Amino acid sequence: MSGTAHAARHDAPDQPVFVGQVKDKLEALFPSYPTRMACLLPALWMVQEARGWISPDAIAEVATVLGLTPAYVRGVATFYTMYHLHPVGRHFIQVCGTSPCHLCGSDEVMKAILQQTGCGEVGATSPDDRFTVIEVECLGACGFATPILVDDDFHDSVTPERVAGVLARYP
Amino acid sequence: MGFPHPNHPKETIVLSQYFGDADARTYAGWVKRGGYEALKKALGMAPEAIVEEIKASGLRGRGGAGFPTGLKWSFMPKGDHKPHYLVCNADESEPGTFKDRELMRWTPHQLIEGCAIGAYAIGAERCYIYIRGEFTEPWRVMTKAVEEAYTNGALGANVFGTGKRIDIVLHRGAGAYICGEETAMMNSIEGRRGNPRIKPPFPAVAGLFGMPTTINNVETLTAVSHILNRGAAWYKGLCLSSPKSTGTKLFSVCGHIMKPGNYEVTMGFPMKSLIHDLAGGMRPGRRLKAVIPGGSSVPIMNAVEAEAALCDYEGIVAQGSMLGSAGFIVMDDSADIVYEIYRLAKFYAHESCAQCTQCREGTAWTTKILERILKGQGKREDLDLLLDLSEQMTGKTICVLSDSCATPIVSGIKKFPEEFDAYLSRAKAPALAAV
Ligand SMILES: Cc1cc2nc3c(=O)[nH]c(=O)nc-3n(C[C@H](O)[C@H](O)[C@H](O)COP(=O)(O)O)c2cc1C
Ligand code: FES
Repeated sequence: MSGTAHAARHDAPDQPVFVGQVKDKLEALFPSYPTRMACLLPALWMVQEARGWISPDAIAEVATVLGLTPAYVRGVATFYTMYHLHPVGRHFIQVCGTSPCHLCGSDEVMKAILQQTGCGEVGATSPDDRFTVIEVECLGACGFATPILVDDDFHDSVTPERVAGVLARYP
Repeated sequence: MGFPHPNHPKETIVLSQYFGDADARTYAGWVKRGGYEALKKALGMAPEAIVEEIKASGLRGRGGAGFPTGLKWSFMPKGDHKPHYLVCNADESEPGTFKDRELMRWTPHQLIEGCAIGAYAIGAERCYIYIRGEFTEPWRVMTKAVEEAYTNGALGANVFGTGKRIDIVLHRGAGAYICGEETAMMNSIEGRRGNPRIKPPFPAVAGLFGMPTTINNVETLTAVSHILNRGAAWYKGLCLSSPKSTGTKLFSVCGHIMKPGNYEVTMGFPMKSLIHDLAGGMRPGRRLKAVIPGGSSVPIMNAVEAEAALCDYEGIVAQGSMLGSAGFIVMDDSADIVYEIYRLAKFYAHESCAQCTQCREGTAWTTKILERILKGQGKREDLDLLLDLSEQMTGKTICVLSDSCATPIVSGIKKFPEEFDAYLSRAKAPALAAV
């Protein structure tokens, strides 16, 4: 992995996530649910927001914090496609490829993104670790084809011509 | 950011009145537009009276199944001293459907008000709104609106000084279409894998955390405040065809269409006019070939069926399909039906929770067979094989994801045999590269 800030973060030994503000944020959720287990999806989101991905150490930590076993937490985390169980590039791009968007030319958008990010193929991370690109199923925005998500930002009506402008916003 | 279109004169605007009006997103803006009057009125009514009003309106679930909402609410036990829950289904992931997203982005308080009324009517003090993980913008808008509703006393331990408690908790999904299925959603909120549960027990008996639960779609709940404000008779009167389908409905129109978007019309509105007038019709020089009208999980309609259909629960059934979630996937004569059906099968294969054998294997194998046909390697027997598999996938599983995969395949083979034939006879060049 190259020496970007994000990659360095991936390589660092895991420090606990649930300290300070993140711990407070999680504990503030407890009264909203009758069980601790119900805080599992929110807790996994908090890890991913803090770290960029969910490492085995983080899974163990979530298990401890919520009184679950690591195997259980892993079993749940693997069910949901938005949790990254491996490090990804600094910016994570999700491109819709389901039929309604396909009808409107999502293949061409995907081609342009793969080429201009340097990712080359779907699922790959660019050599400079800047982008990871995946194809996803319907984003619930089919009237605004082709929608893409870059990290938490939603971009609608992306065409091959607009790709460069969107990517430029993510150094 | 999307772009709401100017209203078309043939639309009947109720739910979408404030699409594009950013001020309506704020608490003050919503109150200025008459917001929260219905909640105040509801809190002065007996819960049973609200349920009766919703029953009388004829409102049916907008999430896909069309179950009468008032009847569903009436199934909740009374005097059982258990916590009750309302769950609002904002997982909107059915291909072709993008209405709940717009309802949340533009009118978050319309949804909060509907949830609060619904919760009170079913004896719940807490409502979970399950928002799909990819809906980052609706999530931000809803988070802010819920905070504002608490600050202004529309939510919390003492709603508008009535001593009644109503809490709303936003719960974020993490990428799984199946969590839109109501029992999978309950598992997901509980911190489990999103596997659907076997019914019975039904959610009204033992649902979320084992307690009596009602699950409703976003659009269903947003209709509630309007019914309380304007009366069940008014809502029931919004009906152009079947008396079993009342009110207005948002139709998401996408695919090969000039003006994709959400159009709100009275139930029973002609599909021909919806597609050709409101949504601007086909691109120049193109003809309508097919519509999948219910999101992707319903039979495909050919142009003749589509142009004859009336847009309500009964009208679309009469033309060989179903209303479903009312997301119209429109295809013109340039569309490759076989490819689009293959891409849908791939969607279902990706989204199967893999719990039931028929679904796990069926979605994967139908995708592979369709892929083979598109690679120009199909055999004549493949169509029979697809139909046979589809039959095994229908009515045999815990939830209907498996049936949903089979439905477009079976109807596609029946209604567009020539498109399959073109690949099987090698008259058409392969759409996918053979490896
Ligand atoms: C596989 C599958 C996916 C579903 N996805 C959704 C969804 O995204 N949104 C929704 O409101 N209902 C969805 N439903 C329907 C729900 O199970 C449920 O019927 C609905 O939320 C009930 O609300 P309503 O009565 O207001 O329509 C789905 C059902 C199945 C079987
Ligand atoms: S198919 Fe692309 S957003 Fe729905």
